[in-house]
Amino acid sequence: MMNSPASIVRPHLAFRDLVAESVTSLLARPGRSLLTILGTVLGIGAIVATLGISKTAGNQIVTRFDALAATSVTVTQRNEFGFFGPSQQTVNLIPWDAEDRMKRLNGVVAAGIKSNVSADGRLTRSVPINDPLAQTEFAINLIAVSPGFFDIAQAELRSGRFFDEGHSSRADPVAVIGRSAAQRLNIDRVDHQPAIFVGDTTLIVIGIIEEVGREPSLLDAVVLPNGTARKLFQLNGIDEVQIRTEIGAAQLIGSQAATALYPNEPNRLRVAVPPDPRAVKGAVEEDVNALFLVLGGVSLLIGAIGIANVTLVSVLERVGEIGLRRSVGAARRHIASQFLVESAAMGFIGGIVGASSGVLVVVAVSAARTWTPVLDPWIPLGAPALGMVVGLLAGLYPALKASRMEPVEALRAGL
Amino acid sequence: MREPVVRLDRVSRTFEGTTPVHALRHVDFTLEAGEYVSVVGPSGSGKSTLLHVLGLLDEPTDGLYFLDGINVSLIDDAERTGLRGDRIGFVFQDFHLLRHRTVTENVMAALLYNRFPRRERRRAAVEALEKVDLGHRMDQTPDKLSGGERQRVAIARAIVGRPSLLLADEPTGNLDTGTSESVLEVFDDLRIDGLTLVVVTHDETVSSHAARQVYMVDGLLSESTIGRGTR
Repeated sequence: MMNSPASIVRPHLAFRDLVAESVTSLLARPGRSLLTILGTVLGIGAIVATLGISKTAGNQIVTRFDALAATSVTVTQRNEFGFFGPSQQTVNLIPWDAEDRMKRLNGVVAAGIKSNVSADGRLTRSVPINDPLAQTEFAINLIAVSPGFFDIAQAELRSGRFFDEGHSSRADPVAVIGRSAAQRLNIDRVDHQPAIFVGDTTLIVIGIIEEVGREPSLLDAVVLPNGTARKLFQLNGIDEVQIRTEIGAAQLIGSQAATALYPNEPNRLRVAVPPDPRAVKGAVEEDVNALFLVLGGVSLLIGAIGIANVTLVSVLERVGEIGLRRSVGAARRHIASQFLVESAAMGFIGGIVGASSGVLVVVAVSAARTWTPVLDPWIPLGAPALGMVVGLLAGLYPALKASRMEPVEALRAGL
Repeated sequence: MREPVVRLDRVSRTFEGTTPVHALRHVDFTLEAGEYVSVVGPSGSGKSTLLHVLGLLDEPTDGLYFLDGINVSLIDDAERTGLRGDRIGFVFQDFHLLRHRTVTENVMAALLYNRFPRRERRRAAVEALEKVDLGHRMDQTPDKLSGGERQRVAIARAIVGRPSLLLADEPTGNLDTGTSESVLEVFDDLRIDGLTLVVVTHDETVSSHAARQVYMVDGLLSESTIGRGTR
């Protein structure tokens, strides 16, 4: 016997030949191959750009975070509701020395208290001028603050001075007025100690506020020391305590303030602290991610369907080629693997192009907004791998279909 | 004594269906090495089925088939595929060339799946192309070639792996008389080189080139010694 059964050569295809065959097939129709990978390019690009931009933006939030807001803590008295509706807030829970108590806490930069003073309908006027045509009496807000509050409000004087603890403890009849109030009352300098009258009460204006960083209500108000307000206007409670902390200490102070102010029942006070910047960063990343990752996923799915579609069409077009390859000794698995490698290669190239364009988008957006682009290193590396997996999955069905064709029928059907 | 290249022992092939088609009925057929046989007969007589069975593209439903002494009914699908890639060359009526590949690449495709050394593929392909007189067309794509040239490329592809058996299915079916002649001359040359050839045709001219002719009618095969050559 010339040939024994042992000399049967099992069909074999070297990996190098497999890749070469697949790539040659793809390059044979470059236009179609490029159009096919477009969906994957868009999908991968969207995902990479999304992850990059959200990371970049999230990073930016930390650096650009409003330092003023992030260091502010406000304590107010909780509105209390009894069985018969809101209770009379006759009990003052916040002590008058709240400012000192807060300043003793480590991490507090400045503290001040503020209360709105009831004017009981009393109007405010300056020294009477007999002008029958002009209005001379105004309803101007009365606000009582502790001296530290000017610091909190970042108030700047046009002229004169702020009152201090001494004025408050002596209950001196002095006031600082905001620039709008000053304009209405026709006061523009304080060196001659102008007097204003709130109802029958006389107050000496010792300063005019030109500008505030916060609390713009001070600009159109008559601002009194606490002690003066208590004595002359029967102020009996504090509305709010405002605290400015060291950067990063807001959360800590927020947890301590209520106890320091009212140790008996700290939870009857309401403490407002700024949101934790880390949480804000995370929340922003999550918001952006969730939306755009869904979009990226959808385009990736469309890309996969595109690859599956084109590979399927290509299988049907190349029935004759499949038959021929079977006739020269290709096993079913060789046919399947060729189409799989073709679709995986398209996905892979789509992944590379998509990742590159995604990175470009991140850099472009960052450049436009003068941000520092931030991108996890695994993203540009993982994107082509993701593209390849998408391509593989997309090629699964067409490859299976191709490998199941009977050689006789394939040869008969196609050219 | 040398084993015949092909021995069919009462081979039948029936296509199941509402009305079963008996494409081959108890065919006995022996083909010695170096024989040039033509298979003629009307369409639907089972010629193509015979060729597919011989080429291991189809399996008999009954009977035994020995290729180079190997009982192919006993080997699995992968081994049959390997045997096909290694020992059988096909020439089809409609050429089946890969459109986007050069002539040489088309010929080399026949060496992809049978462990032929990669470095020798091109040399073998060039050699096969020179044998069919296409040494000057090697870097062109098939669409630049005439029908006769295309079929000669297909023949080069079929012989490049030095098969035991060359099977041609209506090799001149798409060609005019002039170009048919060039293809038939190639077959004559191959016969001289000692290749075993089976040509399925319904064309008397083509058939007359073969030393031995067999006829198929309704799945039955009958020998005939009428022909140009002698056995």
